[in-house]
Amino acid sequence: MIFLFYMLSAIMIISALLVVFSKNPVNSVIYLIVCFLAMAGHYILLNAQFLAVVHIIVYTGAIMVLFLFVIMLLNLNKAIIPQKSRVTRISAVITGGIFFLVLLAATRQTFEIHARYPFRGDIGLVSEVGNTLFHEFLLPFEMSSVLFISAMVGAIMFGKKDA
Amino acid sequence: MKLLTTRSKVVSDKKMTFLERIYIPAILKGMYITIRHFFGKKATISYPEQKREFSQVYRGQHVLKRDDQGRERCTACGLCAVACPAEAITMIAAERKPGEEHLYREEKYAAVYEINMLRCIFCGDCEEACPKDAIFLTDRIVASDYKRKPFIYGKDILVEPVDPDKRIDISARQTESVLKFKQDKRFAHNK
Amino acid sequence: MDWTILIYKTIFLFIILFVTLLVAMYSTYGERKVAAFMQDRRGPNRAGPFGLFQPLADGVKMFMKEEIIPLTANKKLFILGPSIAMTTALLTGVVIPWGATLKIGGREFSMQIADLNIGILYVFAMVSIGVYGIMIGGWASNNKYALYGAIRAASQMISYELAMGMSIVALILTTGSLSLHEIVEQQQGMHWNIFYQPLGFLIFLTCAFAETNRAPFDLPECETELIGGYHTEYSSMKLGFYLFAEYINMFVSSAVIATLYFGGYNMPFIDQLGLSPNTVTLLGTAFFFLKIFGMIFLFMWIRWTLPRFRYDQLMNLGWKGLIPLAIFNIFVTGVYYFFTELT
Ligand code: SF4
Ligand code: SF4
Repeated sequence: MIFLFYMLSAIMIISALLVVFSKNPVNSVIYLIVCFLAMAGHYILLNAQFLAVVHIIVYTGAIMVLFLFVIMLLNLNKAIIPQKSRVTRISAVITGGIFFLVLLAATRQTFEIHARYPFRGDIGLVSEVGNTLFHEFLLPFEMSSVLFISAMVGAIMFGKKDA
Repeated sequence: MKLLTTRSKVVSDKKMTFLERIYIPAILKGMYITIRHFFGKKATISYPEQKREFSQVYRGQHVLKRDDQGRERCTACGLCAVACPAEAITMIAAERKPGEEHLYREEKYAAVYEINMLRCIFCGDCEEACPKDAIFLTDRIVASDYKRKPFIYGKDILVEPVDPDKRIDISARQTESVLKFKQDKRFAHNK
Repeated sequence: MDWTILIYKTIFLFIILFVTLLVAMYSTYGERKVAAFMQDRRGPNRAGPFGLFQPLADGVKMFMKEEIIPLTANKKLFILGPSIAMTTALLTGVVIPWGATLKIGGREFSMQIADLNIGILYVFAMVSIGVYGIMIGGWASNNKYALYGAIRAASQMISYELAMGMSIVALILTTGSLSLHEIVEQQQGMHWNIFYQPLGFLIFLTCAFAETNRAPFDLPECETELIGGYHTEYSSMKLGFYLFAEYINMFVSSAVIATLYFGGYNMPFIDQLGLSPNTVTLLGTAFFFLKIFGMIFLFMWIRWTLPRFRYDQLMNLGWKGLIPLAIFNIFVTGVYYFFTELT
């Protein structure tokens, strides 16, 4: 199990890095998919089968397909991406580095994670997830669906020609 | 308006009814038709085992005829090559030597006579053009092959055997109407 | 880990793999025969008796053909495409319950490789990954027709996955479980889900056609418009993989449909015959395969009956037809269970 954990983590980290470093956007998307699949593997290690599969269906199977779809349609390649000036590049590195420092500082103290709930083997199974969602977190759940509806309505508004 | 066929249907762009719009009845109807064909009689003829009857006027592989005494009729006049729309025929003429009278009927004969069966469209114009009744199309099928070379038929394949019993019968297609057609100058290709 | 179980599972895995490939192989033969028969022809009948060795000959042909990778293609992804298509197609068979349990020497061997309690969702996940095979292959070919095929495949898959998922939701409302094994067990006798969910079945079936890229929804490879669609540039065994994956998908979705709606390996009236449990299990498996073949035949029957949809018709049917219908179906089912469970 530990071995699997490390292997999946390694795959995740490497592919996540490759997402950033690869020049071709399609390759980036594919590495991101690999990353997501590894993440689903982590869910399975935690016995959260439902989450794992839903993760695959929603993120890998739908969202990333759309990403890939858009990238394929736009046909991005090196010639189109504008070259940034040196100043922007340096400032980007500095801001990124500072952000990284902040993150580091924030997480330095919190390495000992205290679980709010004791770990239960069945926590990620479908009935448990359902019960938790529809009892404990019913309001946030419904709110998020309302949020989605509003987002959809907005998207359709933008999409319509004469709005 | 005069209809070209009795089976044409008037197309209309009317709005579909509900039953038509849910597709399913139409789909079921279509499926019924296909399944009927599934068990229906097959139109295929499994060729080598089962031969289809040829039409009387079927035009297949050529034959270069000999006359009654077994002499080649062709005189290498080249009219067939000129008539051929596909330019499939080539020949090299030669003069008949003394002592070869039993082989060739005319003083000039075709030393080489080749038809490229890949080019030939079996139109039968060569047959019509021939003044010596030398070349005819028969009801034989040109055999298939893997390469191009074997499709160039030389005299060894085209000329019929001397043996009177092994002569190629061409009478099947030379019916009354075909002969009449050939006589008709309106259709002649080499005026 | 119990070793016998491990060994048994491994062997069973290989059997399933073998059977899947065999069925897919003979589906190609079956398809050609069915097509021929429906068009008043005879179909392949030269290789072996009734042309039974035709798939082998086709396989040899596929292997012997020249392998062409276009110069401007993205080579790695070009190879990745068919591999993904094949892998995901094969992976789905894992959760399907091929039969009840066999009792050998006092031990019980389940005829299912993995009884996940989220079986259906697993199938969905595999299907949704499967689209990458087509998309990546189509894009990597660097050919505009292939790209069109890929894009069509992607949008079609996403659109029909929604309706498919929703038709399943209604089914799950009636079964109360996501595990395929349990769903089958609940359909014992003649309590097949198709009688409880006829509308859901129709929606699911339509979506299954779309998801497997079969006619009348074979727009990603539609020959008349896109040459060969996403596999325009493919040749040799890579093309073979794509075609094969399609047949495997067809087999697996037939199996899923038979499991979900036709009672899986359940055979009506088998219990009255008084046979030994093992015989019953084996008969059930045979019956299951019979159902699968029936479904495959239906797939082919439809393919050779209906013309291809136009792209806008496809989208209209999916978004304006099937999804509202599926929601309606969920609603009706929900209301029904709400009231029957109250009383
Ligand atoms: S049949 Fe027609 S095409 Fe063939 S050789 Fe004679 S003239 Fe030429
Ligand atoms: S037209 Fe007749 S005689 Fe003249 S070359 Fe041809 S076959 Fe020989």
